[in-house]
Amino acid sequence: MEGMQQIVGRARAAFNSGRSRPLEFRIQQLKALERMVQEKEKDILAALKADLNKCGHNAYSHEILGVLGELALTMEKLPSWAAPQPVKKNLLTMRDEAYIGYEPLGVVLVIGAWNYPFVLVMQPLIGAIAAGNAVVVKPSEVSENTARLVAELLPQYLDKDLYPVVTGGVPETTELLTRRFDHILYTGNTTVGKIVMAAAAKHLTPVTLELGGKSPCYIDKDCDLAVACRRITWGKYMNCGQTCIAPDYILCDPSIQSKVVENIKATLKEFYGEDVKSSPDYERIINKRHFNRVKSLLEGKKIAHGGETDEASCFIAPTILTDVSPESKVMEEEIFGPVLPIVTVKSVEEAIEFINRREKPLALYVFSNNKQLIKRVISETSSGGVTGNDVIMHFFLSTLPFGGVGHSGMGAYHGRYSFETFSHRRACLIKDLKMESTNKMRYPPGSQKKV
Amino acid sequence: NPYAGLVSHLRASWLSGKTRPMEYRVAQLEALGRFLDDKKQEILEATELDMGKPSFEAFFSEILLCKNELNITLNNLCHWMKDEHVDKNLVMQLDSAFIRKDPYGVVLIIAPWNYPIHLFLVPLIGAIAAGNCAIIKPSEISKNTERLIAETLSCYLDNDCFAVVTGGVPETTRLLENKFDYIFFTGSPPVGRIVMTAAAKHLTPVTLELGGKNPCYVSDTCDVTNVARRVVWGRFFNAGQTCIAPDYLLCTVEMQDKLMPALREAITEFFGPNPRESPDFGRIVSDKQFRRIRALLASGRVAIGGQTDEAERYIAPTVLADVLPSDPAMQEEIFGPILPIVVIANMDEAIDFINARPRPLAVYAFSCDSKVVNQVLERTSSGGFCGNDTLMHVTLTSLPFGGIGNSGLGKYHGKFTFDTFSHHRGCLHRNMGLETLNTPRYPPYTQQKLGFLTTTFEVKRRGTCTLL
Repeated sequence: MEGMQQIVGRARAAFNSGRSRPLEFRIQQLKALERMVQEKEKDILAALKADLNKCGHNAYSHEILGVLGELALTMEKLPSWAAPQPVKKNLLTMRDEAYIGYEPLGVVLVIGAWNYPFVLVMQPLIGAIAAGNAVVVKPSEVSENTARLVAELLPQYLDKDLYPVVTGGVPETTELLTRRFDHILYTGNTTVGKIVMAAAAKHLTPVTLELGGKSPCYIDKDCDLAVACRRITWGKYMNCGQTCIAPDYILCDPSIQSKVVENIKATLKEFYGEDVKSSPDYERIINKRHFNRVKSLLEGKKIAHGGETDEASCFIAPTILTDVSPESKVMEEEIFGPVLPIVTVKSVEEAIEFINRREKPLALYVFSNNKQLIKRVISETSSGGVTGNDVIMHFFLSTLPFGGVGHSGMGAYHGRYSFETFSHRRACLIKDLKMESTNKMRYPPGSQKKV
Repeated sequence: NPYAGLVSHLRASWLSGKTRPMEYRVAQLEALGRFLDDKKQEILEATELDMGKPSFEAFFSEILLCKNELNITLNNLCHWMKDEHVDKNLVMQLDSAFIRKDPYGVVLIIAPWNYPIHLFLVPLIGAIAAGNCAIIKPSEISKNTERLIAETLSCYLDNDCFAVVTGGVPETTRLLENKFDYIFFTGSPPVGRIVMTAAAKHLTPVTLELGGKNPCYVSDTCDVTNVARRVVWGRFFNAGQTCIAPDYLLCTVEMQDKLMPALREAITEFFGPNPRESPDFGRIVSDKQFRRIRALLASGRVAIGGQTDEAERYIAPTVLADVLPSDPAMQEEIFGPILPIVVIANMDEAIDFINARPRPLAVYAFSCDSKVVNQVLERTSSGGFCGNDTLMHVTLTSLPFGGIGNSGLGKYHGKFTFDTFSHHRGCLHRNMGLETLNTPRYPPYTQQKLGFLTTTFEVKRRGTCTLL
């Protein structure tokens, strides 16, 4: 594999040539990406199946559909997004031209994650190309089939110098991070997020960090439990719980805990049948290391449902834990697995306090028939994003910025926000060289009259 | 950790929620307005003591521009705070989708010495407007203003939510060990790196307003008198100690010859035959800065000015001709009243010269030919751009003010300050009913379900782009 210096250097030279800037070029590259996704759909689905045992339906709806949607949206809106934005002028600048120009940043770095390995490199890539940048793409080595596929496919469809793919693990990424980039978008965990930001600080490189955390899910006594639990079951166990915005744990009154468990159990049967292991729709844990990590969270816990594991296939059954203590290991870090702890709280105040005592999560969920209660939970807590009365879904609305806050990240993207993340908004004021008399007031010698 | 107590006190106030209601924010902002009114004289005196700031300049930058930002914020706060409803897709037509503007929590504002009131106050306006608590760290170099801020701000703002911390490098280093929810820093690139590295330990988002060498290209077709006045104004304002001052001039040797008498005339018009006696020309803030800037005079040849007086920290408005890229004045941001002229052959050479260097906070281009101005704009990259004038783009609050690359990251002024200090939280509030509509997304999966999902979720491309 070629050295990082050469790859990044070539991308920079390619950017400096100016060819990634014209809108026609950007749209042509996006169109090529669209063709790639359409023509290679089978290969992409196969890679996702090999990496995560993701079935065709999930892989298509979670990873391909979203990418195609983002491509169509971006190609349609790009001319209006990229157009200079005139701004309101004041008295002194009435006769001038004042606007905000959208310019590419230069060479940007996109570091993907392994849990949705295709969409998490593609969506940032789309925004970065749309904004006119050169893009170095570093897919996660953990989802090795998708990484290999991305490395093979991108050069077949896109400009090779402008959009290189770099593969490898920690040593390669560390070396890559010593190079100077004009923006870095990283998706992954909090610990590595700090490392990425520290590396970026050396070059004063702005960063977008899409991290994670424990996304709480509060279920109010006053709600349609059957519906709530159905939606929660869907969001929790999709991709075998390996979703950054999965509801991590449930907060609810002790009086409804057993009903919640019942409802989730019933839904699980409906979704995956009697024998989850043989359902084609249920994924697997990505690798042994994470399998062992998630399995160890079950030790000494009250298992209300599930708990079966099979190391050979990295299978962990959809599991529910009840009466979980806030101090237990399963409540320490993001679970990122199909284990759903229920922590009981006696009131919504207690729930809010519980949430606020912890690091700000990427997502917050609250289920209630009481609109005021939902409003209250939202306004008294902080999180990257929120879905009320459902889970996950705010991710799918591209007019909403998607990102974290505090330990769950900084910056946001999706739709127009991707374009803006990868653009420099340059303030432009163009005056006339004439009309000097209006300037006289600001020049010395200063006097009370002028003031 | 000497500041841990202070930070946790502010954090407790933050958690109590008192900074969130609009009435509270408005009350604090109005108090800031009273601070500017009541302490106007003290501000003019302190900045004069610190760097000989002419009262005209101090009034303009430290009072007037700050009051403008206050009034714009007060006039629009209600609107800015509102949830922003967004367009929905097919599946979410019956839901509520909006962006909330959440405060971050406890923020840190580190200000420099050159516009010592403005550069803490304008960020603070945005921080308060967005509902945060804040620690303000003014520069110890402008020590009279530092004392004024430390002694009087607490009489105006809620001391449970807003505090001033004084001190130098050691104190700032200790302060940065604490966890903040946002850090806003104005200063030099090397210190910017230190601040961002400290922020990375806590994953604290930052805005860095840094600096660089702002080039000023003057084309051969221009009104020499007007160019000279606008450049002289921008360069010598605050004795050159302005992050967006035109740092150096690029022009042909013929233009250099034409400009020189015009520059001389403008300087005389503004500051009289002996600028040292003019009440409208400032001084250098410290002995260290004075000596640093004085050393830059050994560049090219002194065409105008060049006189210095160490006791007064006075450096005359100076123009250096025929400066070479290797000269001392071209190695660092000047931040003083010296204008080097670097001769180039034509516009293309000027653009290449600019692009070979780190991206600056501002690029200036002067020409009667608007095509020339646009060429420089389009072929360079900088925080901001002003054609046919200097500094003025930052007085328009509807324009974002910030750098790129070495000159910084993030932006503020007007609504941009409010947005800087808010977390834009995407919220989707769904209907609990209509559960059957969700069926296609649930297992067990079927082709039919997939087809349905595709139809409802898909974004179809409407026609072809007219460009192609």
